[in-house]
Amino acid sequence: MHTLKQQWFGNVRADILAGIVVGLALIPEALAFAFILGVDPRVALYASFTMAVITSFVGGRPGLISSATGAMALVLVSLVANHGLQYLLAATILTGVIQFILGLFGVANLMRFIPNSVMLGFVNALGIMIFITQLPYLIGGGMMTYVFAGVTLILVYLIPRFFTAIPAPLIAIVVMTGIALLSGVKLQSIGDIGSMPNSLPIFFLPNIPLNFETLKIILPYALALSVVGLLESLLTSQVLDDMTNTPSNKNTEARGQGIANFITGFFGGMAGCALIGQSIINIKSGGRGRLSTLTSGIFLMFLIIVLGDVVVKIPMPVLVGVMIMVSATTFNWSSFKFLKQAPKSESLVMLITVAIILYTHNLAIGVVIGVILSALFFVAKISRVTVTHDLDGYKVKGPLFFASTTKFIQSFDNVSENEIVINFENSQLWDESAVAAIYKVKQKLEQKGVKVQIQGLNSSSEQLYKRLT
Amino acid sequence: MKIAVAIDGSENALRAAKHAITLCKYLPDAHLEIIYVSDYNKAKDERLLSQSPESLTLKREKKVHPVLELAKDVGVKTKLTMLKGNPSQEIIKYVNSEEIDQLVIGSRGLNTFQEMVLGSVSHKVMKHVNCPITIVK
Repeated sequence: MHTLKQQWFGNVRADILAGIVVGLALIPEALAFAFILGVDPRVALYASFTMAVITSFVGGRPGLISSATGAMALVLVSLVANHGLQYLLAATILTGVIQFILGLFGVANLMRFIPNSVMLGFVNALGIMIFITQLPYLIGGGMMTYVFAGVTLILVYLIPRFFTAIPAPLIAIVVMTGIALLSGVKLQSIGDIGSMPNSLPIFFLPNIPLNFETLKIILPYALALSVVGLLESLLTSQVLDDMTNTPSNKNTEARGQGIANFITGFFGGMAGCALIGQSIINIKSGGRGRLSTLTSGIFLMFLIIVLGDVVVKIPMPVLVGVMIMVSATTFNWSSFKFLKQAPKSESLVMLITVAIILYTHNLAIGVVIGVILSALFFVAKISRVTVTHDLDGYKVKGPLFFASTTKFIQSFDNVSENEIVINFENSQLWDESAVAAIYKVKQKLEQKGVKVQIQGLNSSSEQLYKRLT
Repeated sequence: MKIAVAIDGSENALRAAKHAITLCKYLPDAHLEIIYVSDYNKAKDERLLSQSPESLTLKREKKVHPVLELAKDVGVKTKLTMLKGNPSQEIIKYVNSEEIDQLVIGSRGLNTFQEMVLGSVSHKVMKHVNCPITIVK
């Protein structure tokens, strides 16, 4: 799938079919994300439509499904609660600008610095938070609420055992809504909380004062959204690269996410990013090209406009049942095995990332601190320098740089010979501190009357040493 | 003659591979086709549990490596095919299109819970391949 024509029309039949499946699979989550935020379902449904349609044209990874997501919704909760919908839209637009600029500067290359322990922490915290957001709709709703949520949950796990052509959550929703309507059980429904769109999204400017005060409010959210959106989108791109054995341009994807968020904000939608679950459903259903993403967005919108009156009748407990399944699939259950097998520092990074996210309710802060922490652990790990002493002289093992020089200098505190050789064959000088440390050792020993000879510097270390002394 | 074995990195699959290698040893012009399928359902978890895309590739190769070594030790010629998708579907498709003469497969995969939920790969494969199949306990 190299040429644009192939990316669009190389797999038409399968792309359209897969797009329809994904369109169906997007609806329950999009609705639930709106409820997480406490906004009208339209905000999430419009976003899912525009995100999918726009990224199908400008995204870097064909077949990637972008829409409103739980991760982005969770970042936005407090903004909506404190300042309202118009600020959400403004933050979405600003997120688009930031992501686009980051994409121009090659932000995807930084993905290398996010270790998988942080990504594990991210998805686990996300799973837990999605689960927590569903509890208010579950607890205190009475016996029938538990029954409907429970049965829905059983259905979404049982159905794929026998039938996989239509996404199980959708079948479960149709069946359970039917049962609720026929039996006349009184349950809170989607229509009780919000109204459904009956028209296509239209362009409008968010109604906010264009001043510094506004920027101060939305900038932190836009930054957090940018980090969270890019992380999830690039992670999903990598998963799809692997599934399809095809490479993709991650910086194009970052810019594409930016463009899509920018436009989504003007059409009354919340910020979105790639959805891992739905993207995998797309590939599993045979979707490979850009047409699959486009179809999913258009089909979603079509369904909502045609079936809006039916959708409002879906009981909330049924949606909650589906979302509990979503939270369980988001959570990485192999993490417990990971905790046992991985190095202690990596396990710790994962746990701290989860803890910070759950404490701050901010996925971005957790990721940033997780990355910093893992970088520090890495430095600590590689800063181990040993100096061994035998008849041939002193042998240095390990990289010499700002974090490892103290130990190196201390190793020469008790030199008793008149003449020593320091061998750097198994070492590497990285920076000024390394050269300064050697210089200092040499000086101190020469003051004591010890002759010092430096040996075995590799060529780059040698160059650095000569340049700085 | 083409004898194929499907591998998933489990103990059980390794026993199946050993049996397939023994068969190949006694058939002078036979070669061993080793099939490994990365399951789409595990794609996300596999990525999250690997440090990088490269280390994921290495992990997969390590799963088939013992079989390649065993075959090499006894001088059996091998052909390795790494596929991606739904394991049973991919195995069936490959075995039928490559006109494999005999398929050897382990009776169960990595854990019993998955087997209960998803059904066993060996059972599905057995029903749909065109060649004789040996299921190794």
